[in-house]
Amino acid sequence: MRARSGISILLGLVLAIAGMGGASAQQTIKVAYTDPLSGPFAQVGDANLKQMQYIIDFINAKGGALGKKFELVPFDNKSQPSDALIALKSATDQNMPFIMQCSGSNIAAALIDGVNKHNDRNPDNRIIYLNCGAVAPELTNEQCSFWHFRFDLHAAMKAEVMVRALPKETTKVYLINQDYLFGQSVQRELRTYLAKLRPDVQIVGDELIPLGKIKDFSPYITKIKASGAQALMTGNWGPDMNLLIKAGIDAGADLRYYTFYAHLAGGPTAIGAGGDGRVLSVMSFGENVAPELGNKEAEEFTKGFRDKHKFDFSAAGYRTIFEYLQAAVNKAGAVDATKIAFALEGMTIRDFLGFETTMRKDDHQLISEYFVGSFKKGVKYDAENTGLGWATAATVLAKDVDQPNTCKMKRPR
Amino acid sequence: MEVFVVSLLNGLVYGMLLFMLASGLTLILSMMGVLNFAHASAYMLGAYFAYTISLYVGFWPALIVAPVLCGLVGAAIEMWGLRRVHRHGHIAELLFTFGVALIIEKAVQMTWGLLPVPYRVPELLDFPLFRIYGTQFPAYRAFMLLISALMFGAIWLGLTRTRVGLVIQAALTHPDMASALGHNVPRIFTLVFAAGTALAGLAGVIGGNYQVTEPAMAFTMGPIVFVVVVFGGLGSLTGCFIASILMGLIQTFAVVFDVSLADLLAKFGITVTASTPFAEILTVTLPRIGALLPFLMMVLILVFRPRGLMGTRDT
Amino acid sequence: MSLLRRNWLWLLALVVLLAFPFLFYDWAKGRHSGFALTLMSEIGVMAIFALSFNMLMGQAGLLSFGHAVLFGLGAYCAAHVVNLVKAGTIWLPTELVPLAGGLGGLFFGFVLGWLATKQRATAFAMITMGLGELVSAAALMFMGFFGGEGGITIDRVMDTSLLGVRYTSPWQVYCLVLAWAFIAAALMRLQTQTPLGRMANAARDNFERAQFVGYDPRRIRWIQFTLAGFFAGIGGGLYVLIYEIVTFDTVSAAKSANALLAVYIGGTGAFFGPILGTIVVVLLQSGVSLLSNAWLLYVGVLFIVMVMYAPIGLVGLIGLHAPIWRAGRLRELLLPYLRALPPALMVLLGFVLLVELTSFTTIGAAQGKHFAIAGRTIDTTSPLPWGIALVALGLGALWLRREARAFRLRWDALMEDAKRQAGAS
Repeated sequence: MRARSGISILLGLVLAIAGMGGASAQQTIKVAYTDPLSGPFAQVGDANLKQMQYIIDFINAKGGALGKKFELVPFDNKSQPSDALIALKSATDQNMPFIMQCSGSNIAAALIDGVNKHNDRNPDNRIIYLNCGAVAPELTNEQCSFWHFRFDLHAAMKAEVMVRALPKETTKVYLINQDYLFGQSVQRELRTYLAKLRPDVQIVGDELIPLGKIKDFSPYITKIKASGAQALMTGNWGPDMNLLIKAGIDAGADLRYYTFYAHLAGGPTAIGAGGDGRVLSVMSFGENVAPELGNKEAEEFTKGFRDKHKFDFSAAGYRTIFEYLQAAVNKAGAVDATKIAFALEGMTIRDFLGFETTMRKDDHQLISEYFVGSFKKGVKYDAENTGLGWATAATVLAKDVDQPNTCKMKRPR
Repeated sequence: MEVFVVSLLNGLVYGMLLFMLASGLTLILSMMGVLNFAHASAYMLGAYFAYTISLYVGFWPALIVAPVLCGLVGAAIEMWGLRRVHRHGHIAELLFTFGVALIIEKAVQMTWGLLPVPYRVPELLDFPLFRIYGTQFPAYRAFMLLISALMFGAIWLGLTRTRVGLVIQAALTHPDMASALGHNVPRIFTLVFAAGTALAGLAGVIGGNYQVTEPAMAFTMGPIVFVVVVFGGLGSLTGCFIASILMGLIQTFAVVFDVSLADLLAKFGITVTASTPFAEILTVTLPRIGALLPFLMMVLILVFRPRGLMGTRDT
Repeated sequence: MSLLRRNWLWLLALVVLLAFPFLFYDWAKGRHSGFALTLMSEIGVMAIFALSFNMLMGQAGLLSFGHAVLFGLGAYCAAHVVNLVKAGTIWLPTELVPLAGGLGGLFFGFVLGWLATKQRATAFAMITMGLGELVSAAALMFMGFFGGEGGITIDRVMDTSLLGVRYTSPWQVYCLVLAWAFIAAALMRLQTQTPLGRMANAARDNFERAQFVGYDPRRIRWIQFTLAGFFAGIGGGLYVLIYEIVTFDTVSAAKSANALLAVYIGGTGAFFGPILGTIVVVLLQSGVSLLSNAWLLYVGVLFIVMVMYAPIGLVGLIGLHAPIWRAGRLRELLLPYLRALPPALMVLLGFVLLVELTSFTTIGAAQGKHFAIAGRTIDTTSPLPWGIALVALGLGALWLRREARAFRLRWDALMEDAKRQAGAS
């Protein structure tokens, strides 16, 4: 009987042996990576992990930094801030210089705060937080931190990109967003930039929906149709976006869907062929960007991933992150969080697509080019074997998203 | 008017989908007292089975085969698991189904991957049936209505016209009495559990392509099903039906009415400004909380009428 | 002195728990392992939470699906209080912050309890589930109290400590958590012996009779619910001090489910059951999840195994040995246990290997991970590891069944003797 009850303890032991063998003896620069890797939202972390691993292998093949290789150490945070903080503790225990996180501003807020306090209290063991996708504008404004570097445009910038991509003929738009911090800030920023850049556009409807609770979006489509909107702008992600677009297509609504996240893993499958030419997405990278630009090297790089994984390489833009890290570690001359952070500040890099990017010094926000992709047939690389893929509908240069910030950065001496 | 008619149709479709899911749970919960947390998992399994089957032999066979497979899974769970756990009480049963739900979720992830699968509406039904005030009504939705209506009829006939059905009905309302009369209650339990799971599977087959077939679909569909069952009342299929339609309509119509408590107060001459206490709550509009109304209604009905809408006994 | 003798177990536990983190102490760098300390603090908090959950489930027979609401709201209250203290509006020693959380939990327990405790059994469970959904949705929607998605952050270094501790290091916080965990556990233990605690048992076991004795079962449930809210709130207050942030997931259904699982695995029968269960659950969630993506599957399997074979929980299993221990013949079980161990390990190894192999072929491989045992990468596509796994599982199961049968005989014989012995004396 006790053998059975002792399973839990033994389980841990066995797994410990199974898991820990992987650590290599060679000195590496460890990057802790924390995102949901299990449970209902596992695909988020899983997709990122696959793509980052490929990028890291690529960077390491190009020599890593200071003769050392980068190593990604995944931690499952189950979408819970407390678990992300436990991962942070584990990373600092092992003196890792970086912790990276891509999804969820709640977790990002917890990590910024946790990293700040940790670095304050442990000056000899500091860590840098690399934000690869938590986009609440607050994180590089009111809550900005010297230890936090954001490598994705924040929601306000993405909203501006989206507004800039709106064609001239479109004069009536409808906003639908999720009712929480992120959705609310998308709503606010879209309104701001529509008023600023497109005063001719009329907002015929503006809606907040409870996060992840709605199973049938048809009533919203009915309402949107009744409003006479030509375009729907939404920051929704996951089922809230998929079901919304699906319901719109099913109802035959003559709408363009401007989204933030339709290009992420799972989106194209859920939308399907019905979305041809209707769905647009604000993205840091699209697989057809390189062939469209005629950039052979970048195309090779993305194609390599597709050949290897049978999986879209939508996050190839993360390569920029590791190029920054590589350059900063080399410039700092030591794997020391404080020195690397100072090296990263204000650094500029020409990314692999050939555009100028800057890690802005005053708020640690990456300013880079951004794309708006249109989901349509007849592109070179399709998405998730749907036969449709993302063609670049608009390219917004770094200088056009260089929004002001309110950050008052406190730097360590 | 336009919005009203379209919303009514949409509400009906969603309500009927809820009913397909909830009817199985009503049977299980009323008869066996099991808060079956794996019910929504059966819904997910149904969708995934149908996806795989339709890859090889098409949608129509899947419509039959996938629910049957789900029913078999249900029967297996009942016979080799739940029955053994039954004597340990309801909480044990609940935790058992919880464990099953976890295993099914992980198994689905390991078999079909983490991403949504392209489970599509069959081409035969992929056309707009009619246009109403410029909005298309997809044929598939009409098909969903048809299937769920057929199912409702079938359950109804099965319960009222067959011997097993009558025993089940007896066991629904007076479980102790039925077993005292010498009916093989364990076998009926297996049957009901299998049937309930198969119904959820059927809901998955026709709901999976209407929504998105992904590993999180059980997780997101879970709570609302309980709400419908409890609201409708234990032991009453009619109550479950009414509750499903009601929930479908409420969520649909809540979207249409842009009103808040503040508007209501304004009628009485009280204006709400940002400085009013609880201004944040008072200014919430109905569409924002539409999807939460079912939970609110469930809490209220349980507090004041614990047997639910048409229940035959207290929850 | 008698007090010491009666409570030696508590003291021993305290000493062990204080010494335990030093096993993970990094002597080379001269610092504690933050990971181990945070994990142990988490266990402390979750243990309080599980114990308070057991006040409902174990003591009063009330199954709540929304207990985390009280925990989370307590945490939010504590966070707001800390921020007020930090701003200088009010003064409160850091050590008493959990009490602020407790009072918050008490208040919300009183208010929500008024609704929930109108019913019992399944209706109660469903009401708490509904309340849980409503509160967790509200936590995302309303910025004022809940701070939206980002939650409320605090700085625990308030310099208002009564003991002059600054609480900058996890070790200091761990000591505080430990102190509060012992206080809360002791209070909850005492509560079980009060008339109220006894009446809660009575109302659980026989609802009608409790009514006839002249108590209003509803009022008992309400008071019990409110008190459980108080202790859950203390847990919430400690949570805030550990993580220095409170977000909407503290009120979520997942958190409530954790308490239920911990209590059930540990066993509701004995007071310490939930604590044992918490240790298992937290280690599974925060420890094993770091090693395997399939940890949820293991959790599922563990529950099914527990529910099917050991519904009395871990404490119950240990309790079964009591008669034999009293008879002084526990040593005779050692050999049968040892004999059952290798096949059990084999089954476990086979099962884990099988799950991990499957998980790696379908999910893990594409992540560029390597499945390695003791530094040797294993090719998940070759038949050898699969064969080993299947053989280990199959042979282990057969062997285990044999040993289990032998064990059963030995056990029955020992029990028989123990009973006879007890009867004779």
